[in-house]
Amino acid sequence: MTSKFLEVQGLAKRYPGQGKSAEPVTIFENANFNIEKGEFVCVIGHSGCGKSTILNILAGLDHASDGLVLMNGREISGPSLDRGVIFQNYSLLPWRTALQNITFAVQARWPKWRKDEVLAHSQKYLELVGLKEALHHKPSQLSGGMRQRVSIARAFATQPQLLLMDEPFGALDALTRGVIQEELIKIWSEDKQTVFMITHDVDEAILLSDRILLMTNGPKARIAESVKIPIPRPRTRTGIIHHPNYYKTRNHLVDFLVNRSKDLSGENHDGEAGRHPQVVTFDESSD
Amino acid sequence: MLNSLPLRSALLSVVLLIVLLGSWELMNQAPTDTKPLTEYEMLMGGASQEARVPPPSAVIELAIEELSNPFYDAGPNDKGIGIQLGYSIYRVLVGFFFAALIAIPVGFLIGMSPLMYNALNPYIQVLRPISPLAWMPLALFIIKDSEASAIFVIFICSIWPMLLNTAFGVSNVRKDWINVAKTHELSPIKTALLVILPAAAPTILTGMRISIGIAWLVIVAAEMLVGGTGIGYYVWNEWNNLDLASVIFSILMIGLVGMLLDMFLAYAALLVEYKE
Repeated sequence: MTSKFLEVQGLAKRYPGQGKSAEPVTIFENANFNIEKGEFVCVIGHSGCGKSTILNILAGLDHASDGLVLMNGREISGPSLDRGVIFQNYSLLPWRTALQNITFAVQARWPKWRKDEVLAHSQKYLELVGLKEALHHKPSQLSGGMRQRVSIARAFATQPQLLLMDEPFGALDALTRGVIQEELIKIWSEDKQTVFMITHDVDEAILLSDRILLMTNGPKARIAESVKIPIPRPRTRTGIIHHPNYYKTRNHLVDFLVNRSKDLSGENHDGEAGRHPQVVTFDESSD
Repeated sequence: MLNSLPLRSALLSVVLLIVLLGSWELMNQAPTDTKPLTEYEMLMGGASQEARVPPPSAVIELAIEELSNPFYDAGPNDKGIGIQLGYSIYRVLVGFFFAALIAIPVGFLIGMSPLMYNALNPYIQVLRPISPLAWMPLALFIIKDSEASAIFVIFICSIWPMLLNTAFGVSNVRKDWINVAKTHELSPIKTALLVILPAAAPTILTGMRISIGIAWLVIVAAEMLVGGTGIGYYVWNEWNNLDLASVIFSILMIGLVGMLLDMFLAYAALLVEYKE
């Protein structure tokens, strides 16, 4: 039917209004976008525009009021191991050690594996995020950054087809965040996972993603633009800022968040034109 | 050296004990009369008309005697303190075990399903405040066995704290952990065993600890009613024998065993404790 890996068609979320005859409140509507296999896509938008709701719908943890999501041509109807989730608050099970948190996921993914296979696979991913010495620590004994590393290892260890990340670095300090971002790039470039990530951080989005979806303010938020990042990989935090396209892209994004996100929201922009995000590209060779 | 808090509190405890036992001992000395006893007094066995609470020295003397041979059995009305306590502990544990067997699964059910919670809550709220001893006549009539009735009373009094705490613990498991179970496609049973049970275990253990405390309170009264064996019966029997030293001694033993039961469950709670 289609060659698209992930297709989101006319997605909307509404909540019943307060009071008897109140209109339902629309958080977002007309969300249409696709994700290619192996693509790293970030979503940026102000709080309350429904980014997390979209992610939860993709994860199968929440239901859309309208529209549908197709993965490999099949509709998503509930949570699945094919879609791994990394939550902002890590969501590690506190009574299990770092290693046990991973084996928990690996066992769920491959129930027929032998114990030593599970263990070896889990250890490999924990070592990949640099937690070799902390295998047997409980999450309460780990720092925020280390906990998020465990959470990343857990998600990658199950090798999902689509990885969903909800502001994974939002609770970390800037230095730790930078280090883990680069680790994420390293793991991602090995596995070439397809990633859908929510962030508040413009620089983070430019560093990590192939494409950024920009959401307008809610209520009646929509995905207004799809911006391709015109900076070749491999990227590093210190390297990208010297690329001629870096500030052009960054200015475009910041301008959107500060000025246009309000004007472009669904309330002021009804009609057919607003249904699909406008594709924005920068010429890669230009200066 | 005297700055260490545990040492100072231990010291204070000992001082309090000495003061307390000392004054108890001094206030309850048998009267010594300078005059020779009258014939009437000799007949009554002493100079005083008033019975006195036995002094601690008498209680300690009895305790040493009883504890040096706690398991002797010289007929229905003369058994060692160990045997009597053993009967009581046995009844408490059996009743408590069956209560846990019912309370924890039902608690899971009402904790996970708002429908079941709302449906069962009125019954729980009515049954819970009933004094467990009020069930005794009905239990005796239906079960027709005093031993089993005592166990039933323990069962019915220890079920409520476990039930409510399990339901509370289960319904308050963090949504994130449930989401982890969902995104890993765990079956409902695996979710219950691998995520909800460990998450709610500390709350469940708290309920069990409250339950065993109540069960130990109730068994004494229940055994006073049904008689035959057990520490409650023993206390009442010694009261009928006017052996107050034995009454005081068994009161202390009841406290001691209650403390041990609580310590045991507190230790079990430590094993399932986790820090977020």
